[in-house]
Amino acid sequence: MSDHTATGNGAVAEAQHEHPSYQRHHFETVDQQFDATNFAMWLFLLTEIMFFGGLFVSYLIMRNWYYPAFVEGSHQLSILWGTSNTAVLICSSFTMAMGVWAAEMHRKKSLLLFIGLTFVLGVAFLGIKYIEWHEKWEKHHVPGIHYSDASFLNPASDPEVYKEYHDKPLAPDMAAKTEEYFFLYFAMTGMHALHMVIGVGLLVYIFFRARTGAYTNGHFTFVENFGLYWHFVDIIWIFLYPLLYLISRY
Amino acid sequence: MSEATVVSLPDQSTARIPKMNFITKENGLLSWLLTGDHKRIATLYLVSITFFFFIGASLAALIRLELLTPQTSLMAADTYNKVFTMHGVIMVFLFLVPSVPATIGNFVIPMMVGAKDLALPKINLLSWYLYVIAGIMVIYTMAAGGVDTGWTFTTPLSTHYLNTHVITTGLAIFVAGFSSIFTGLNFIVTIHKMRCPGMTWFRLPLFVWSTYAASLLMVLGTPVLAITLVLVVLERLFHIGVFDPAFGGDPLLFQHLFWFYSHPAVYIMILPGMAVISEVVSTFSRKRVFGYTAVAFSSVAIAIFAFFVWAHHMFIMGISNYASLVFSLLTMLVAVPSAIKIFNWTFTMYKGSITFETPMLYAIGFMGLFTIGGLTGVFLGSTGTDIHLTETYFIVAHFHFVMVGGMLMAFLSGIHFWWPKWTGRMYPEKISQFAAVTTFIGFNFTFFPQFILGMLGMPRRYAAYPPEFQALNVFSTAGATILGVGYMLPLLYLTWSLKFGKIAGNNPWQATGLEWQTQSPPLTENFVETPIMDHEAYDYEWLEQQQQKEVASV
Repeated sequence: MSDHTATGNGAVAEAQHEHPSYQRHHFETVDQQFDATNFAMWLFLLTEIMFFGGLFVSYLIMRNWYYPAFVEGSHQLSILWGTSNTAVLICSSFTMAMGVWAAEMHRKKSLLLFIGLTFVLGVAFLGIKYIEWHEKWEKHHVPGIHYSDASFLNPASDPEVYKEYHDKPLAPDMAAKTEEYFFLYFAMTGMHALHMVIGVGLLVYIFFRARTGAYTNGHFTFVENFGLYWHFVDIIWIFLYPLLYLISRY
Repeated sequence: MSEATVVSLPDQSTARIPKMNFITKENGLLSWLLTGDHKRIATLYLVSITFFFFIGASLAALIRLELLTPQTSLMAADTYNKVFTMHGVIMVFLFLVPSVPATIGNFVIPMMVGAKDLALPKINLLSWYLYVIAGIMVIYTMAAGGVDTGWTFTTPLSTHYLNTHVITTGLAIFVAGFSSIFTGLNFIVTIHKMRCPGMTWFRLPLFVWSTYAASLLMVLGTPVLAITLVLVVLERLFHIGVFDPAFGGDPLLFQHLFWFYSHPAVYIMILPGMAVISEVVSTFSRKRVFGYTAVAFSSVAIAIFAFFVWAHHMFIMGISNYASLVFSLLTMLVAVPSAIKIFNWTFTMYKGSITFETPMLYAIGFMGLFTIGGLTGVFLGSTGTDIHLTETYFIVAHFHFVMVGGMLMAFLSGIHFWWPKWTGRMYPEKISQFAAVTTFIGFNFTFFPQFILGMLGMPRRYAAYPPEFQALNVFSTAGATILGVGYMLPLLYLTWSLKFGKIAGNNPWQATGLEWQTQSPPLTENFVETPIMDHEAYDYEWLEQQQQKEVASV
């Protein structure tokens, strides 16, 4: 910039044409731009941890208070679906990591493939989540809306779960607290699913932009940062899965 | 008032505002609404928070008018509840939290670290839009009938017993929270990654350190408030939840989650105020801030302690005695870094060449009032006295001394201090000194009687009170009138100065920060070329040498 006398903004802008077109004007170097946005993403994930933290704390306290209700509520969840969903998400994290790698390596076709696969896995997760939620709906286990605690007052009325766990009937006041369990179940998996929906939407955006050659020209910051977000949402599930599904097995 | 002054203005007959600056660069409404320039966004913020400040202040005026008489004479008790709730919501979330960071911080931080802009200009603009959406939601709530839970949304009152607009207000604060998260996040990234060559952490102005500490709180605390409000909203919508004992919930859990944010929020509000005071006290004492490192770390210490004292809001709510004991002790600890700051500013003034321009008057007001506010906080942090004083006017007086006497004074100090940089013009000195003194007097008349009222046992949040409290309440309302004049004056003369103020030149205060070494108002890129920091912060000898060089070269 030294050979320019900065007479106005035009001159300053001219002087920056030696930089890649994707470098925003207020950064000195591309590295600085990458560092700053990457750091911002990590900070954002930190706020997300605090956000979910409030839910986890509420869950753990309520679980301590109403232990029997939370155990029997948890028995209503399907280990099969929960485990499949965990597997689906871990695979999607792998394809996402490969997608970031493809963008770094300037491989457009692999990038499209891996983003596409991540999208499919993300949708598969939401599909399985829908099946699980729908089952709760049918069994009147959605809190606040025609909730019924029949499965807990008289576990034998729910043969599928009963034959596996042989739960004892809960006293009416404790059985009513299973609604608390399902409230937190829906709040936590719902908040997680909302993050998944946002993620899947962004994957579509990335896919179509990548088709026009974006991200494989050396400027892959967005894919990299989205990858961080995707892994983060994955990790939240890695905590939700044992807390909701596994913790009350035996 | 002493005639000595540090102000040095260019020759008014020849001086002009630079033709090319961030205000004149582009024209039209869209160039403002779609801007990425931190100085323009700061200006948008300044206009919007001023608007909400005056709405909040009008509500305060209604409260004081109602309390003029012991009976509920002006409005019904229900209306009174709504008025003080909206006053709290607007002042806390739409004025105090964004006040200094989003306006002054937004304006000066990139310049102080020697950058062209904040790291994430689009996120910065997004944060303003979120603020505006939250503001519109709050106005809608008021128009639709308001909310009467108090700004603390105490459950189960807010989830079970009241039938006012809790949901829209809760969502408004949720949105405002994300506005504040994005501002804080942007500052942290900028301070870490955008410093110019030579700008080490210990050469940063203390404004940056203090705002950095506040940003940490915004980023870590606000999401907890967000999820808490989501749970309150869900609880109201589905009548099942974790806070209402009627559904098996725990109201204390709400208190813990709410104050986990809202106590740090107090420091989100006051730390940026302290940021301003460090700059102003140094500039008008012509001395480096005494104990720079101690002041810098005391900001960080306040940020850390802030997360470990929240339960002192809950001493009478049924937490265990041991928890009270521990939180009481931890609360006393916060007094230490706050005192470090006050003592260091005092030592900065000691043997300094003090002049009494308006920013300095406000800053001195801050130091006195914040000290009273802080010390009365120690009474409230002691479990024994807290039982007598909490939920009385003592606590109202305490936090108004910190928030209004502290933060608002600091905000006005900062606005006057950076006004010449922002607009290129000086505010009128005499009338603004008068406004500063009026504010100080009015403030003390308004809030000091409330300490006595609280000691005598007058509870907060009631529209009516026993007649023996009337004399002090009349005193307080009379003071509020003076305070109102003190706040109207800056609005009028600052607007006047936009057109008629004297041309300020680059550095009217002879201050050392990088923001003063560029033109006023600054270029969109802030600096003609990237500055190189080759001296310590507050190095007045360096500044003198610079000026001599300039004179020599001319």
